[in-house]
Amino acid sequence: MAYRIVHYINQFYAGIGGEEKADYQPEIREGVVGPGMALKAAFKGEAEIVATVICGDSYFASNMDEASAKILGMMKEYKPDAFIAGPAFNAGRYGTACGAMCDAVSKAFGIPVISGMYPENPGVEMYRKSAWIIETPDSAAGMRKAVPAMAKLALKLLKGESVGKPSEEGYIERGIRKNMFYEKLAAERCVDMFTAKIKGEPFETEYVMPVFDRVDPQPAVKDIKHAVIALVTSGGICPKGNPDHIEASSASKFGEYDITGVNDLTSEKYCTAHGGYDATYADQDADRVLPVDVMRDLEREGAIGKLHNKFYTTVGNGTAVANAKKFGAEIANRLVADGVTAVILTST
Amino acid sequence: MKLELHRLKVNGLKLGEKTGFENGILTVNKAEILALISEDPLLGKNIDVDIAMPGESTRIMPVKDVIEPRWKISGKGQVFPGMISDVETVGEGQTLVLSGCAVLTTGKLVRFQEGIIDMSGPGADYTPYSKTCNVVLVLEPSDPNMDKHDYEKACRLAGLKTAAYLAKSCAGCAADSVEVYERPTIREAMNEFPGLPKVGYIYMLQTQGLLHDTYLYGVDVKRILPTLVSPLEVMDGAIVSGNCVSACDKNSTYSHLNNPVIADMLKRHGKDFNFVAVIVTNENVTLADKRRSSSYAAKLAAMLGLDGVVITEEGFGNPDADLIMNCRKCEQLGIKTALLTDEYAGQDGASQSLADSCPEGNACVTAGNANEVIHLPAMSKVIGYAEEANVIAGGWQGSLAEDGSITVELQAITGATSELGYTKLGAYTL
Repeated sequence: MAYRIVHYINQFYAGIGGEEKADYQPEIREGVVGPGMALKAAFKGEAEIVATVICGDSYFASNMDEASAKILGMMKEYKPDAFIAGPAFNAGRYGTACGAMCDAVSKAFGIPVISGMYPENPGVEMYRKSAWIIETPDSAAGMRKAVPAMAKLALKLLKGESVGKPSEEGYIERGIRKNMFYEKLAAERCVDMFTAKIKGEPFETEYVMPVFDRVDPQPAVKDIKHAVIALVTSGGICPKGNPDHIEASSASKFGEYDITGVNDLTSEKYCTAHGGYDATYADQDADRVLPVDVMRDLEREGAIGKLHNKFYTTVGNGTAVANAKKFGAEIANRLVADGVTAVILTST
Repeated sequence: MKLELHRLKVNGLKLGEKTGFENGILTVNKAEILALISEDPLLGKNIDVDIAMPGESTRIMPVKDVIEPRWKISGKGQVFPGMISDVETVGEGQTLVLSGCAVLTTGKLVRFQEGIIDMSGPGADYTPYSKTCNVVLVLEPSDPNMDKHDYEKACRLAGLKTAAYLAKSCAGCAADSVEVYERPTIREAMNEFPGLPKVGYIYMLQTQGLLHDTYLYGVDVKRILPTLVSPLEVMDGAIVSGNCVSACDKNSTYSHLNNPVIADMLKRHGKDFNFVAVIVTNENVTLADKRRSSSYAAKLAAMLGLDGVVITEEGFGNPDADLIMNCRKCEQLGIKTALLTDEYAGQDGASQSLADSCPEGNACVTAGNANEVIHLPAMSKVIGYAEEANVIAGGWQGSLAEDGSITVELQAITGATSELGYTKLGAYTL
């Protein structure tokens, strides 16, 4: 039986109209519409476009959440095996809509999602991690090149075949690292690359060095005597026994613990969950990582306003930047909501 | 300096009356091994010796270290100097190697950074130690509240003693093959192969603390300044692992003895380059130490007039900073670099793989993304403690399922993303 595809296009490719119809509300039609014809031909019967979603670009842009929820609802009964959006070429709003729908469908149905865009389409930067985006020329003149590549990749994904490198398959690099077994040991690959580099021969690095966000340090706290200060750590300090099971490495969560009335983190009640440093000294006295004792002294002396009654903790060891960012944002929101005015971040 | 490795090829393993080697089979007398290791008052009464062969439905965990049995049959010094032997320098004479055999230390957990070795199934593809005939020591501390540093040391020494003992017991056997390595003095090396670039290897050793220490001639490497070592000394066990960073990128003592970067550089010596020196350096936790050691290692490379260095890291995160400092400082001195590391890009592979970077690191090989998740089906036999899957680095509460299967990140598999490059794993960008 052929795989079932739902295809997403905008009002223009559906033949409804141009900019003047860009507020067209989402609808779903059974079967093929517009560029779906070319896709259908490229599938050669292996997959079938069971329905086409049409939505105006402006409507989608101004009502993103509502539009995508509505479209997901419409699609459900068609039981798609994969979702294809566009190609959008260099049309910015269309590309963004294609990317957003791919992201939403992938999250809701867990099926392969494929689009096609010109590399400079803003939808690429926003959604290349969420979708497979075939690189296309900048205008619809490139339809004949884009569609077969999209169909081919869709079939590969539907069949569960492994997907090659971007240059082999024609998609825009997603920035997702995937393991594979090479022919040679990593040591030999490294000495090969080294030899090429010292001889001035061409070589291709296996990993392009990453770029990081830089965070400027905050200005000094103006009124420290009235500041409400919270302690936040990536050093894994938690109540003894690690009640929330924060992982020793690659943490999937952070903990929030109340320290009302706690003046000292003793080894009877606190420990670390961290698996990346010599925990002996943190387990003996967790204040070494999360200095509750010193903060209580300062509080008593009136040197600070007060110590916040909750601390936040996670394990930095082997934890993905994406998770760390998510924890940071959530912790910051909770601190702000609780009226905290300054934070001491400790790491290990 | 000349070293001969006399290899006995171990194809089989059995427990028996007398420890020795015959027709490819290593026989291990369990009582002898137990007597040898139970001398240590730090180890408890409930210790055991077991064997595990490639292809068996056996899981060993939590694994602390892997050691290849070696014993010097001639030449000064003895294997694992400064640990179980005198501090005399090694690297000359003849050393017996039980090829294809390994001693594994397992048993009660010291700390979270210990690993899993499956002898068959999907997990076996990821660890080099599923292909070796393994003598497994199951250990425990004599006092459950023992200082963890002491227990770690006891486990480490038990493994080294057993490895040396097994090879020593086979010392009379004729070798299946003999490899001869000869290394010139630095003075000779400088005049060899005019026209070929002079190169070296910066060998980073993990030294962050308990289960994060490595030893050179018995000296804790966090206390050294970068120094020179001969590849032949490494083959005789001058470098011993006392760490599990995470199990996947711990450089086991076995992988030090068989360092594949050194092996490949020796192979190409005189053809593609003149391999002049190995510089060992550490990965300490303080910024001052990182700056001092990286400047000093780069300075040694410059003093030797090297044109390029291969740099291997051990571990991830914090030591990424050491890797990048070594890279940048060498490149700034005009010494070209190639880097060997591994990645922590998140389970979905979408985050940055390293914790530090520099534009000079433009030749980088990785041994794969350690965060990638793998499902390990249940095995019919477990040597050690399967429940540790829920707490070791790379596992989580619930990693061990009721049916005995385990779902973990690759970082929990011993040697899976070896940064000495001892596996074929790597990664590419989708």
